[in-house]
Amino acid sequence: MSKLATSKPATLHEQASQTAARIILKEPYYEAIGGEIGLFEAAYATQIPVLLKGPTGCGKTRFMEYMAWRLKRPLITVSCHDDLTAADLIGRYLITNNETVWVDGPLAQAVRCGGICYLDEIVEARKDTTVVIHPLADDRRILPMEKHGELLHAPPEFLLAMSYNPGYQSVLKELKQSTRQRFVAIEFSYPQAALEKKIVIAETGIEPALADQLIRLAEMTRNLKGNGLDEGASTRLLVHAGKLISKGIPARAACTGAVAAALTDDPDMLRAVNELAGSLF
Amino acid sequence: MNSPVPSFSQPAATAPAERLTVAELEDQLDGSLDPVLSSLRTAQPLAARLGPLARDLQDFALHWVNVIARTSGELAYQFAATAPDVLRQADPATAEVWIIQVMDTFDREGLYRASSQLKNIDAFLLASQHNTQAVAFEDAGTVLRLFICGLAGRPLKLEAGNETYTDTECIHLPARIFSFAARDKNFLLYKAMATHLWAQSRYGTFNVDPAAKLASFEDPARALALYNYLETTRLDAIIARELPGLARDLATLRDNVEPPPECAPLLEPAATAQDSLALVDALYTRFEPPQLSYMGTLHPEIARAVRASRVAREKKELQTELAKLLGGQPGDFPVETEEGGASRYSVESTADASESLELNLDGEPVAPPAHVRELLNSIAQDLGEIPAEYFIPAGDGAYIDNRVMDDNSADVSTSPQHEEDAVLYNEWDYKRRHYRKNWCVLREIDVQPGELDFIDTTLENYAVQVRQLRRTFEMLRSEDKWLKKQPTGDDVDLDAVITAFADLRAGRELPEQLFQRRLKAERDIAVMFMVDMSGSTKGWINDAERESLVMLCEALEVLGDRYAIYGFSGITRQRCAIYRIKRFAEPYDSTVRKRIAGIKPQDYTRMGVAIRHLTALLNAVDARTKLLITLSDGKPDDYSDNYRGEYGIEDTRQALMEAHRGGIHPFCITIDREAREYLPRMYGAVNYTVIDDVAQLPLKVADVYRRLTT
Repeated sequence: MSKLATSKPATLHEQASQTAARIILKEPYYEAIGGEIGLFEAAYATQIPVLLKGPTGCGKTRFMEYMAWRLKRPLITVSCHDDLTAADLIGRYLITNNETVWVDGPLAQAVRCGGICYLDEIVEARKDTTVVIHPLADDRRILPMEKHGELLHAPPEFLLAMSYNPGYQSVLKELKQSTRQRFVAIEFSYPQAALEKKIVIAETGIEPALADQLIRLAEMTRNLKGNGLDEGASTRLLVHAGKLISKGIPARAACTGAVAAALTDDPDMLRAVNELAGSLF
Repeated sequence: MNSPVPSFSQPAATAPAERLTVAELEDQLDGSLDPVLSSLRTAQPLAARLGPLARDLQDFALHWVNVIARTSGELAYQFAATAPDVLRQADPATAEVWIIQVMDTFDREGLYRASSQLKNIDAFLLASQHNTQAVAFEDAGTVLRLFICGLAGRPLKLEAGNETYTDTECIHLPARIFSFAARDKNFLLYKAMATHLWAQSRYGTFNVDPAAKLASFEDPARALALYNYLETTRLDAIIARELPGLARDLATLRDNVEPPPECAPLLEPAATAQDSLALVDALYTRFEPPQLSYMGTLHPEIARAVRASRVAREKKELQTELAKLLGGQPGDFPVETEEGGASRYSVESTADASESLELNLDGEPVAPPAHVRELLNSIAQDLGEIPAEYFIPAGDGAYIDNRVMDDNSADVSTSPQHEEDAVLYNEWDYKRRHYRKNWCVLREIDVQPGELDFIDTTLENYAVQVRQLRRTFEMLRSEDKWLKKQPTGDDVDLDAVITAFADLRAGRELPEQLFQRRLKAERDIAVMFMVDMSGSTKGWINDAERESLVMLCEALEVLGDRYAIYGFSGITRQRCAIYRIKRFAEPYDSTVRKRIAGIKPQDYTRMGVAIRHLTALLNAVDARTKLLITLSDGKPDDYSDNYRGEYGIEDTRQALMEAHRGGIHPFCITIDREAREYLPRMYGAVNYTVIDDVAQLPLKVADVYRRLTT
């Protein structure tokens, strides 16, 4: 085997492995809203996979990053979509220089390196894809890689986690019972006003009085949930608005862009949210 | 605007900018107005007055003279006489609106009315200014409703009326505001009025009893006006603290009217309605309260009455809810409380800015369901705090009294009403925690066909929306899926080939699945629509329901999903009825259309049995996804027995759970604003949607369906 032939696939292999796994070195900013950290750690210690439930922008992904940092494990995030196949998760053969090289998918990588594999928005994946995680998500903790002829046993450090937003009103986006019942579920919601204020200030550096007003605006939009809004303004939107304001954008304009228009396209609702923002700033 | 080019005009020998001469004008007017001209009444004076106008205005006038003359020569003559004045005051676009209005009047009421309208252009111009700058409640209402809902407090209704006041549950606003020349300002006034009325109930204007106190004054009406002003001042100060942005806008509406120095205590955060009332004494003789533009009137008697009935109702509701939270049957509780279970609850105000209440059970914070939290907040708003006796859980008195069912003993299967075509269904009794066997007798009945006109009118009225709907649903349909890794197909699946090639090179077998195939109708959905035909839908709700069905059918026909429509109603458990509108197997033809048009309000809403029957029908259909969508206007209800209220809700919930166990997804679309109190219990937190505005129903139903199935 020539030198060239060996080096190339190795690079390819390395490239493929590097893309997903990420060791988080700096502590991500996270404020606990309840006992979720303890629950997660206990689940991790007892090797039970974790399901994070909650509306968008309430801190699920940030929580995962924080836990990965805290547990000092690499985090591998897979954003699920409806074209995600089992091979995308497990791995496949690639051809290079007349040779075939097996490349692990993110799930297999995470199992091998004892990392945390986080499947974001799992309901977006096709149901037949979701099934491949089943043997990994119960007490067997194995990942059969049928094509590669290998059976991976997950080390104790490995953890499978996934997130989903139960607020979707589509009947086609429900999690199968056989999948969901393998997980410990941690429920997320928007933090209490005082905590949310702390978060917004920490993330954006705006004045406390301004943060109070943003929180108040979020409450107002959350009052509208079910009255024409599918979701109220998330903590993430408040952080966006705060960041815009700290960059010198006038508060009303920042709220229009970061909150109102991000929440809805309905002209009446847009107007109402803008009026609410206008009544505060 | 583009000046309409009259068909009879001369070929453009002259440049368009050049005016027509009086002679040319007269010539053309003669042509158009010939039947009404005589030797005494010539076109010459008309032409003379049109002469000085710019060419495009002349063309405009001539064009309309010609058009009007086809309807009425006399009217055209009069128009030609007034046209120069009109065109001097109004731009052609406005003038055109006016001309159309005049011609409409002619068609409707004849020449006399039309010509008097023609002469009264000033009134039209004034009104058109109103039209463009005034804000009507229909336009502003939706936004204001959402705005007030966002401000929170307790849910408030908004209605248009003659007076601006609130009874603490409904805000009455003027039907139309035209106080300012600018539209924005008029809307602002609406917003200011609504916010103040909201603040009156949120910040306790009626927590004192103004009427009783003010009756002792010589002129109670004057004292009330003063109280109103003082309260407005106090609420303005609160708004300035809570909603600084709005307060800035309010200041522009105040016209520099500042409260007298004696009002200073009202501006303090601790001020209450009591302080305002106390100040009435001090200021009654020497202060004339100004009338601010956004001040409404106060109706203390109405507000106090509404408040008193709410206080009583909410006390009972809270006690019942707390009993439920302890986890038992409401009826069991009086016993337990006597044993010392009393007041294990307490409530604390959280320290943060939101001032929300925290419910404690035995000193530990508990998270109450959303409606309990709303109840707590509403009670705290009315009473300032939650009195200790509210925390004694109690049974649901409404049911204890009339527990005896009207016809407990009779087994319907042996009763004379039992017929061949009737089906018997069980019903869930939540108190017994068991089914009542064969409790309901249900028959399927055909809807009496109605007139096709209704369908045509609907399709005409919503022509634009129907087109749009069809397009949206077509897009849904055309979302074809490429099926990958197929043994045969239209195209090579490149991903599969690459994988296969790699596998082959790795020494594995070449798989056969190397093609991709386009899958046309992947939507394997069967949907059952269950339409409320109860008496309460009478009127425009029924119209909206029927219109919704028409729109829905149009959309579903495009989509190709299998669907059926059934109505439900009935009176007592002996006579439950399901009305066939469209079966799964039936095409959407004129028979079905006539049946949709023929949907009429019937009796009551016994939902459980209807759901059970339609579930059975839906279960007989083979589809991967099955939906049961209910269109409703209120709670389950029936005549004479205890179906109304909790019994009905629990039975419906049970029926829905049965459906869900069979793999059916139930969903509810309702227009009942109070639905949020009971629908989450019946359908689950996300399986329903409330449409606030009945007029929106036809547009929203198809939209909800689209969202539900993508």
